[in-house]
This record gives sequence, C-alpha cells and structure tokens, in this order.
Amino acid sequence: MRRSVGRLGMARVASAIGAGTAVRVGPLEHVSIDPPDLPGPGWQRVHPRLAGICGSDLAIIEGHASPYFDDWVSFPFVPGHEVVGELEDGTRVVIEPVLGHEARGFAPPFPGAAPGDGDDHAHLVTSAGDTTVDAGIQIGFCCSTGGGWSHELVAHASQLHPIAADVPDERAVLVEPLAGGIHAALLTAPAAARATGRIEPVVAVLGAGTMGLAAIAGLRQFVPGVRIVVGARYPHQQRLARALGADEVVPSGELLRAVRRLAGCHVIGDHLSSGAHATIDAVGSATSIGDALRITRPRGRVVLMGMPGEVTVDLTGLWHRETELVGSYTYGTETLADGSNARTFDLARQLADEIAAEQWLSATYRLADHVDAIAHAAEAGRRGAIKVAFDLRGRADRRDQS
Amino acid sequence: MPRPGFVLEVDRSTPPTLFWRGEGFSLEQLPPERSRVIYAPEPLPAIDDVDGAIRHALLHPIDQDPLPSLLRPGMQLTIAFDDVSLPLPKMRRPDIRQRVIEAVLDLAAEAGVDDVALIAALALHRRMTEAELRHAVGDRVYDAFEPRGLLTQHDAEDPANLVDLGTTPEGEEVEINRRAAESDLLVYVNINLVAMDGGWKSTATGLASYRSLRHHHNPATMEASHSFMDQHRSELHKSNWRMGKVLVDSGVKVFQVETTLNTDTFPQPFDFLSRREWEWSARDRAAYLGTAKSLSLAPTRLARKIFHSIESPHQMTSVHAGEVGAVHAATTERVYAQQLVEVEGQTDVLTMGIPYICPYNVHSIMNPILVMCMGLGYYFNLYRGRPLVREGGVVIMTHPTPPDFHPVHHPSYIDFYEQVLADTTDPHEMSKKWEQQYAEDEWYRHLYRTGHAYHGVHPFYMWYWGAHAMRHCGRVIIVGGDPKAVRRLGFVPASTMDDAFEMASDVVGRTPTITHLHCPPIMMADVR
Repeated sequence: MRRSVGRLGMARVASAIGAGTAVRVGPLEHVSIDPPDLPGPGWQRVHPRLAGICGSDLAIIEGHASPYFDDWVSFPFVPGHEVVGELEDGTRVVIEPVLGHEARGFAPPFPGAAPGDGDDHAHLVTSAGDTTVDAGIQIGFCCSTGGGWSHELVAHASQLHPIAADVPDERAVLVEPLAGGIHAALLTAPAAARATGRIEPVVAVLGAGTMGLAAIAGLRQFVPGVRIVVGARYPHQQRLARALGADEVVPSGELLRAVRRLAGCHVIGDHLSSGAHATIDAVGSATSIGDALRITRPRGRVVLMGMPGEVTVDLTGLWHRETELVGSYTYGTETLADGSNARTFDLARQLADEIAAEQWLSATYRLADHVDAIAHAAEAGRRGAIKVAFDLRGRADRRDQS
Repeated sequence: MPRPGFVLEVDRSTPPTLFWRGEGFSLEQLPPERSRVIYAPEPLPAIDDVDGAIRHALLHPIDQDPLPSLLRPGMQLTIAFDDVSLPLPKMRRPDIRQRVIEAVLDLAAEAGVDDVALIAALALHRRMTEAELRHAVGDRVYDAFEPRGLLTQHDAEDPANLVDLGTTPEGEEVEINRRAAESDLLVYVNINLVAMDGGWKSTATGLASYRSLRHHHNPATMEASHSFMDQHRSELHKSNWRMGKVLVDSGVKVFQVETTLNTDTFPQPFDFLSRREWEWSARDRAAYLGTAKSLSLAPTRLARKIFHSIESPHQMTSVHAGEVGAVHAATTERVYAQQLVEVEGQTDVLTMGIPYICPYNVHSIMNPILVMCMGLGYYFNLYRGRPLVREGGVVIMTHPTPPDFHPVHHPSYIDFYEQVLADTTDPHEMSKKWEQQYAEDEWYRHLYRTGHAYHGVHPFYMWYWGAHAMRHCGRVIIVGGDPKAVRRLGFVPASTMDDAFEMASDVVGRTPTITHLHCPPIMMADVR
C-alpha cells in the first residue's frame, strides 16, 4: 500500500462502482518485496497462515480513510492485522497487532500492560533504544513491520499469543476482531450499571457484521444482565446474532422501534424520549452515528466501534441529552464485572473457543486473487458472508513470497 | 320494489366477476358449473321524512317512556354516539347521527335541560379529527358544544373519568365512561351497519375501558362466536348483554336510538360497483375500464385519497328508540331484511375481494393486519347458521396487502407486525405473551389519549377478530398480495386467481365448489 493522493482519489471514485474496481485503480499493489528487517530486541519473524480482511483495511483501499491517519501510519505498508501465523520454530501464534510501548523499546505504562494500554500515543510514532520502528498504530499499517497479507512479517514478543494445537487457524484468525468486540462490549458496562428501576439495562448494537457479532458475543459473555437488541441488515447476520444470545434481533430499519418497546418510552420527533442505556455502533457511518444517538437514552453512552472517517452528524441531541460518545479502537487490559482485570486478547481466545468462531469465516482466497477477495469482503453482508481472509498456507503461495 | 339477494350459479356464459383489490379491482373468471356468486339485496327504500321518523321514534319509543317525559330541568343528559368507524363509506351530509342528535337536543331544550354533554363512543379506536366530528354531528352542534368542552371523545385510559359498575356473574368487570354512567339519562345514537352493531355493545363496548373490554375482546370469545352477526350464537354478543345488565342494575339509564341504512353504497361514477356484472350497461363497462386503468396508474397515495373522499348515498331505512334490548331486536330485523341472502350449503373455497376500507382505516391505510381482519374477521363472519366455507376449506382473498402503515393512526400495528407476528400468528399465544405489554405501553397510551392513534392493544383485537376463521379454515391465500407481508400473516401468496385455485387444490381437491362473496355492498349469508 503506497501513499498516492491520486490513487486514493481514484479509489474513492471507483469504490462507488465496487470494491473490486477500487482495488484495481487504488493504492494497493500486489508486488514482491524483501522481508522486513527485525527492528530490535524481542522481535521475531512470523509467517502468516490466515489473515483477515477488516473494514479498516477496506476503508483505506477504497480511499475513505481519514487524513487523521496520515501522521500515524507509514508508507509503504503491507496491510493485514488480523493474523494467525507461525514463528520460525513452528509455534502457531495469534498476533495482537497494536504496536505498544514494549515493541518500540519503551517501558510499559504499568507492569503487565497490554500493547493497547496507556494514555499517551507518542510511542506510536517513535521508538527508543536499539529499536527502530517507523510510525504505525499496528502491524498492517507500518512500513517497518510488514503485514498479514504477505508471507512474512515481524512482530514483537509482547504481541504474540501462542495457540493450542487443537485451535484451528480458522478460529484463531477471528481472535483479533473478537477482542475488538469484547472491548466495545465492556465499554458499555458503566452505562448499563447506571440502570435503575424495573427495566433491565438495554444495550443496542447497530450492525451485525464481524465486529457487531463480536460485540454481541462480548456482551453476552462479559456484561451480565443486559438485554441485547440488535439491528442487523441481512438474514444470516440476524440468525447469527440470535445464536449468540441477542434478546431481540430486528432488521436495521426497525431498531428504533425495537429499542422503544424494550425501554417503554416515547418517540419525540425522530429521537426516543429514553432508549438504550448504551449503544454500540458497529457501522461507523454518519447515518449509524445519528441513529445511535437517537436510540440512546439521555446520559447514556454511545460506543463508536465502526471506524467513522469524516462524517456530518447533528450533535444537538448529544448536547441536549448529555450523551457520552466513546470511541472503541482496539483492546488492552479490561476490568470485568467482578472487578478482576484481564487482557482482552485472553478473553477473546477464550470466547473464540466457546462460540466456535471459525463458523464466521466465510471464504478464503489466495493472495493472487486479492481483487476477488477484497470485493467479496466489501460485499460480505449482501453475499451472505461474515469474514473473508487470505489463506497463506499453501506451498505455492510460499514460493510466491509476496 | 328492490330485488332480494341472489345466488348466481356460474356457467360458461357468465361474465367475469368483479373482485375488489384494495384501491383497485379486477375481473376474474370463476370456474363454471361449480362456482356461485352471492349478490347483496338491492337497497331497501329510504324513509322519505327522516326528521319526522326520528321525532316519531323519540316520542313513541319501544318499551320505554317517551323521551320528553325523561327530560327535566336540572338533570344531567349525555348523548353518546358511534364514532368514525361507522358507516362505511362515510355518508353524505347530513350524517344520520347529526339529525338524531339535533332532534334530541331540540327536545332537551324544550324541557329546559341545560346540562348536556356529547361523547364520541370511541372504545379503543382513534380520536376523531375536527373534520370527522363536524361531519358526524354537524357544524351547529359542534360549534355549540366543542368549544365549551361539552363535546368530548371517550378516553378508555382516563381513570378519573371511568367508573367501575361491578362485575357480571361470569366475573367480567364493567367499567365505563363516568359522565355517561352518572348522568340522569344516557341517550345513545347508533348507526347499525351490520347485525353485530348496536344493542348493549354500544355502551358496554363503545364507552368501556380496556379493563372491561378485554373480557370479550379475546381469542376465546372470538373463536366461540359463530358468528358475530348471529346474536344467538355470538359469545361477544352475550358478554355485552351481560354487561348491559350490570349497567341497568347499577342504575345507568339508557335511551337507545338505533338507525339502519340501506345498501346504496357507491355514488357515481362508482355505482357500477354495486351492480351485477351481467347487467352492466355500456356506461358501466366504460366506467369500470376507465376507473380500473386510472387507479392502476395512479400513485397509491392518490388512489387512497380518491377512495376515502367517497361519500356514500346511504339512506336511512329505520329508526327505533327506547329500551336497549327491544330496540335492538327491531333494528336487527331491519338489518336482516336488507342484508340476508339465503344460501344453500357450504362451499369448499370462499373467495372475497377486500376493498380499500374497513371500520379501522377511515381516512387511513388498510395495513396487512386490517386486511386479515376484514377478510377473516368481517367477511368470514357475514353468515348466519353455518360459515359459508366448510371446515377445513380455503379462503381466497384479493388485495395487494402492502406492508404500509399509517404512522399516526396505527403506531402499535407497526410494532405488532414487526415483533408479534414475527414471533407467532396464534391468537392465544400472542394474547398470553404479548398483549399486556402492548396494552400498557405508555407511548401507545399517550398517542391514543392525545393524538389520533388506535390503542396499543388494538392490533391484537383485530387479529383475534379472525380467530374463528383461522381455526376453521385449512388454508388462506391472498391473490396479488405482497409475498413477504402475506407470509408474515401466516398465509400463502398467489399471483393470480388461477394460481390460488391450484394452491387450494392441495387442501380441497381439484374440483372444489367455489363461492364468491360479492361484497360490498354489505350482505349476510343465511347458510342452510
């Protein structure tokens, strides 16, 4: 992926036709390059086995990513941050892609911190000591590390999570998105805890693609006692949301009415008078953010998990209702309902086993077929899919050494 | 002399039969030699001197003292009247309610009664608009009463204005409008369009609370009413009559005024809709072609507007006043005289064209739940003796059944369609699982009380209305209906009438007998 304003613009225009067209004219190239150097102590080589295609990848490929990232990523980079891979010694690992303090040679913000922890992001664009890592929020957005859509990348020991022999790659590749969903789910907990009266806390989830489903699974598993109502566009998404334990699943256009019924409130104009205690927006568009604000009760919380980009939203309701708008980027160290702390990735690995997350992997492609793969991922909902990934396990592909 | 109702045996020379399809219609060729079409009796002659007949009824009531003798200065008089759900379509001005109310008010004025209030007996229906109230009671009455707060609409959710009158021996709570119950005299002004209307249903339903209504508007009562139009075999009727006795025993004094209308339903250019097809003139055929073509091209919104602007030339055929039971017996006879058609035996397949209107979508949208209610609740129940269709038979309706809802009039219907019907179409199950939630929803309650929305529980009642038919029939098919909506109702969609007959053959064989209910105009089959 190269920095090219012209190509990004063309991709943006072409994406109106289809993701496949955007791939062809955009900044993404399928080329052979040298493997990245090891940036410093504690770094290891990883050979990806499966690497997922995420909404944030698609946003960049289609030229929709915000200029915000200009200073937080380094070009050219190899995309792919949902990775299950193999170390040189054959150990299979899942990668926690966030380039945290330790990976960049800094001391962690607290003992045992996860890569995503901390409240100063300076380390994301710098490195210290013997380590040299260019700017980048994650593997897959950094020119120093490579990315999952290749046959080799480098990762720091703090980012590696060995997986058991009985965990299939198809399940392991879903751990990263599951961690994101769990993190968003746990961000609703403070708002849900404020619920009083006869109504159980209601958490609405807008969208049921991979991230929406991950959030539903996270809510059911780690936020006890909430009623989960989901607006899902496609029948297969609705089916999976129900299977994960959502209490009510409705087509997207019916979500406002479904939340109203659960909250037992009024409709004032296009806002609910009350509504969900918290809403997870797993879409990240202007429409979905507006919808989330409309269905969340005053002083409730909207957790923005879908990557929004530049959007136009009327925030008067947010101001008037004193709504909390909270971003949910990745994961780190979580505080659970019982007060204990856990790494989100550990929770995700556990959850992936419990829900047999491999059922969400709908299709895999060779890197050579990346145009088809990306088109499939961009139209996943319409084509009845959830997660699309690259399969990098074949010998032929290995020889290709993309 | 108007011709009585008629059952046409379809043969090869029979012209195609008109089927309503919401805001449109089609001509369908029914299979010869095994199909028949039931036509309504022609409209009975109207009373020439309507005002004179009304005054005569008030002065010579049945089993009750003349109205003037019941009126005195200082008394509290309440006049309740049927709401916008009657008649269908709305009648040309002056509405018969206006003429009766004005006659009652004249007598009250002569007697020096100055504490008079009017109440629209809504039950759980939507509040009427100013235009609708003006249409029903007339401008003079509206302007005299409404601005002073003396023309109100019954609020079944206003505890301060409801009074508990006790229970029936069956444990049915009787709670009605306080002003009506505590007045020295309650005059009820009715329009009796079908045999089910009127009698104690006027007060025990029209002025009741949800707490009271739920005792007879439930799946068990509806399923056990065979039919609603046959008082002797209607559990709904019996429950209302039990409640009426509680009213009497608790001292509520009711002076019932009931009117009947003839079946002169459609004005020009729609009058061909009431005629028998083989008698259509060249003008009728041209009107059909022109209307059908225009409607098929018109946006649905425009077609609805055209139809709902129709004012029917209905004319009054009788007016009776006095004691509720006695009056209703006389009224029912007049309804039967106008509507009954003798029909020999049941049929394997009953077809019905569902028109644009039912009692619950005046100036509104016939949503899928109301389509079901009109077909299986009303048309299916237009019988005395036995249902027109045999047990296990098939009902075929024609209607586009779009999943369109009027957001102001039917807000809880939208949720009912999305939530309840997605869960179950079984009246008993939805009653247990969902009814209370909808009945007690504060938002629906708010909209019912302050806007123009049907009560939150109303879609359930509409669904229960079809409970008997749903249990009785082996299959229900909707021709031309939106497939997704039809399936949501639990029915089978068909593209054409021939397809529907093919689908019906799975249930009733390949050569079933077919009966088409050529309605409207309204009729009632006396099935022998």
